[in-house]
Amino acid sequence: MLLQSLKMAWSSILSNKMRSFLTMLGIIIGVVALVVLVSVVDGATGQVTDVVSSLGTNLLSVQISDDKGRPIGLSELESLRDLGDLAELAPVGNDVLLARSGAQEELTSVTGTTTGYAVIEGIEVDYGRYINGADVENHLNVAVINPALARDILKTEQVGEAVGRTFYLGGIPFSVVGVLEEEDENVSMWQMISYSAYIPYTSLVRLSSKASGISSFMASAVSDERLDMLEQEVGDWLLRRFDNDETAFTIINMSTIMGAMDQIMHTMTVMLGGIAAISLLVGGIGIMNIMLVSVTERTREIGIRKAIGAGQGTILLQFLIEALMLSLMGCALGVASSYGILRLIHAVSGYDFPMSPQIVTVSVVFSLAIGMIFGIYPARKAAKKKPIDALHYAG
Amino acid sequence: MIEFIDVSKVYEIGGTEVRALDHANMRIDDGEFVSIVGPSGSGKSTLMNIIGCLDLADEGHYLLDGQEISDYTESELAKIRNRKIGFIFQDFNLLPKLTAYENVELPLIYQRVSHSARKRQVEEALNRVGLWDRRHHKPTELSGGQQQRVAIARALATRPSLFLADEPTGNLDQKTGRELIELFHQLHEAGNTIVLITHDGNIAKEAARSIKILDGHVSDVRDHSEIEEVV
Repeated sequence: MLLQSLKMAWSSILSNKMRSFLTMLGIIIGVVALVVLVSVVDGATGQVTDVVSSLGTNLLSVQISDDKGRPIGLSELESLRDLGDLAELAPVGNDVLLARSGAQEELTSVTGTTTGYAVIEGIEVDYGRYINGADVENHLNVAVINPALARDILKTEQVGEAVGRTFYLGGIPFSVVGVLEEEDENVSMWQMISYSAYIPYTSLVRLSSKASGISSFMASAVSDERLDMLEQEVGDWLLRRFDNDETAFTIINMSTIMGAMDQIMHTMTVMLGGIAAISLLVGGIGIMNIMLVSVTERTREIGIRKAIGAGQGTILLQFLIEALMLSLMGCALGVASSYGILRLIHAVSGYDFPMSPQIVTVSVVFSLAIGMIFGIYPARKAAKKKPIDALHYAG
Repeated sequence: MIEFIDVSKVYEIGGTEVRALDHANMRIDDGEFVSIVGPSGSGKSTLMNIIGCLDLADEGHYLLDGQEISDYTESELAKIRNRKIGFIFQDFNLLPKLTAYENVELPLIYQRVSHSARKRQVEEALNRVGLWDRRHHKPTELSGGQQQRVAIARALATRPSLFLADEPTGNLDQKTGRELIELFHQLHEAGNTIVLITHDGNIAKEAARSIKILDGHVSDVRDHSEIEEVV
């Protein structure tokens, strides 16, 4: 009986192809909205989280905005190592300088720092070495560069060959001592400048007009759990140093930021998903509308079927299956279109948003529910028709 | 066997009560070929709907094969229509989207007959009306007479205890109508019960016995001349 109902529903859908398609369109658009929006937000969340976590979550970033005319020197900063919860520490100076080698020149993000930075940030060097204590102490003009800089400015075929070569940063010759590992595509995509170089903090001070005294540094705790303690200790130290002026500095706790971001992204997913669900609901109303028209059109058919022995259940099943079929086919087409749209986004923009299997499951379940909810009323209406009224209906 | 005991059916049309059936009493035995004759508006359709379990009486008792029908639910009535009654309508009432084969098969599907048995029964029924080679045709591809024969095959397929025909020749030309009546005779000779509802005196005379209906009153017709008076 179920097989027969399926066959009948199928032939009824086929006999009115345009109408069936337009009915399904509501569901298709709803499913596309749901799947694409949620996949994009999901994917973006993943990528932003990658970027943030590539900076490290066990991390305090301190910005000093007002040094009261008494800038913190390197040796004074080193005294922070006495704090029990501190694991690593590194001053950070940033500048954007022109990197040049031969005829090639590009703006490069330059970070002046010390050895600790590599530990805090989890930086891996593929070739050569990272900046060491002697480099910092002796103000040496050495640089660790990223593979893009090696390839595009130093024009090396193998990025490892860059080690030992010399290039100019802000007009001063620097020799390359190390090349970083290749970056994750998802992370590098979000960076505005694709070339970067790390040099000793002391060398940056000389090179750049910006750096006078330490205006920014990073610190990591002995464990993730101790990070909040460390934040407190560093804060106390800075308050003592800057005459209890809370506005003189800012401490950013990365794990707090991460948590807040997760929260924001989650809220966005739910909100967009909700909006998309409304369009699915509208699609469901479209199904109900067409099913009601179909029931009226087929009043005579219902009468004949009832006269030759179809019970209420049989008629109900037939129309319900038809509604379910419409919504499920719409869902299938919607999922397929979503896949195509996500591939298209990837091809056009380079952003890769994988289709989340959870949201596909959600849209299938949702479509089934909508077919059921909006199909049951017309189906009941059909089932309840009296055979004599239906037989004598002249429609 | 059909038995009506004081059956009444009342409709309300525009505020006035119309008694379509007024304390009707009648009895049709198994294997009989009976015509029910009456002018239009006499209550023929109401009688046919009640006999066919498409509608219920307001008063009185209707016994079909000894079973009281009056207090059956809609689903039980559907089952009785499916198993006991073979309908033959004036306008054939075939489903236009289905082929002849599928139309004949439909009541068997509702009866949950197995696939192989269904095939056998459909073949037998279509052969009986001589349309097996037209089984893949849709109703629109068949002539009126052929459509009515498909409808008869549909009624035959379930092997009902009663064939209920409502003006079966009404939409057919005289020759085709004649052939159809022949088919009814054959079915009757094979032992089937046939109730033929008509306003055509010549068709009514084909039956071994006639019942007339006038203003909701039902009574037996004694001889053929009385049929002429009715119509």
